[in-house]
Amino acid sequence: MEVRWSIFLIIFGSALVTFIPRVLPIAILSRVELPEWAMRWLSYVPIAVMAALVGQELLMPNGKLAPLTDNLELIAALPTFLIAIITRSLLGTVLAGIISIMVLRFVF
Amino acid sequence: MMNISENTILREESSFLAGVRDCLPTVLGYLSIGFAAGVVEKTAGLSIVEIGLISLLLYAGSGQFIAAAMIGANSPALAIIFTIFFINLRHLLMSAAISPYFRHLTPFKNVLIGSLLTDETFGVAMNEAASKKMLSEKWMHGLNITAYLNWFLANLAGAFFGEWISDPEKFGLDFALPGMFIGLLVLQMFSRRKWMKDVLVALSAVAIVVGVSLVTSGSVGVIVATIIASTIGMAVEKWK
Repeated sequence: MEVRWSIFLIIFGSALVTFIPRVLPIAILSRVELPEWAMRWLSYVPIAVMAALVGQELLMPNGKLAPLTDNLELIAALPTFLIAIITRSLLGTVLAGIISIMVLRFVF
Repeated sequence: MMNISENTILREESSFLAGVRDCLPTVLGYLSIGFAAGVVEKTAGLSIVEIGLISLLLYAGSGQFIAAAMIGANSPALAIIFTIFFINLRHLLMSAAISPYFRHLTPFKNVLIGSLLTDETFGVAMNEAASKKMLSEKWMHGLNITAYLNWFLANLAGAFFGEWISDPEKFGLDFALPGMFIGLLVLQMFSRRKWMKDVLVALSAVAIVVGVSLVTSGSVGVIVATIIASTIGMAVEKWK
């Protein structure tokens, strides 16, 4: 039950460099009127960042490209996408994903 | 009469509790990843108090995994901080994208909101924002604080009980995270209804993230993919 100085400095330092990019844009950009093209660019950021995260999770789970034929996560993503489109429920989608991968891992 | 009932609905939809409720679907994903983070941090030799501190101060899944791995490997402090800076730099883009919906707040209040921004709360907030000109401060706090506490508790649970659970993958809990990103992506598309452009942007982002991650690192991949794919979306919309 202790906090070592060396660990505290690492935690504090990494917290600080994470905090700054989190707060700087929202604090500054919400005060200025952005040009139309910038707003349009920003409107695509949610789609782009979520798709990039999905792609990374499914195609390169351990930082390396997973073989397409031996990728249960990628197969489990199909019913997960389907349930997301049908139900449009976030919780439903998460549960569908968990059940899909569980079944696939049990079978294969 | 119409006005009264509409106002009640508006008030309820933008309350703190509504934010808590809208966070619930992400709880499972946070719980499993936070639990895993707690296990990894414990294995890396962090004490319970240190694990509590890192989850409250750093509050970032991928950053905490890397921190644990590098602390375990006795990496120098500056190298760890620098790596985490890059891994978490994508928040810069999300913070910018969410900023138009908080124009009605002071910079200080926006600092409070931004400090708890994560991939998941950003996704939920942008879905909520699709039909709105601005987001409610109380709703956002409800969403953020629920996610924050859940993350803290999950980390501690992982640190305490990690050794008793031998194989969490058997229960498919590790898929809660990609499942959540899939849900957030699809919901985002449904709320925008710019199908062709959004699918194009999404597919570009996937292709770029794989390509760039292979030659650099995963965190650089996400940033580069977001910048280029958003630019593609902006350009295509301009030409049409």
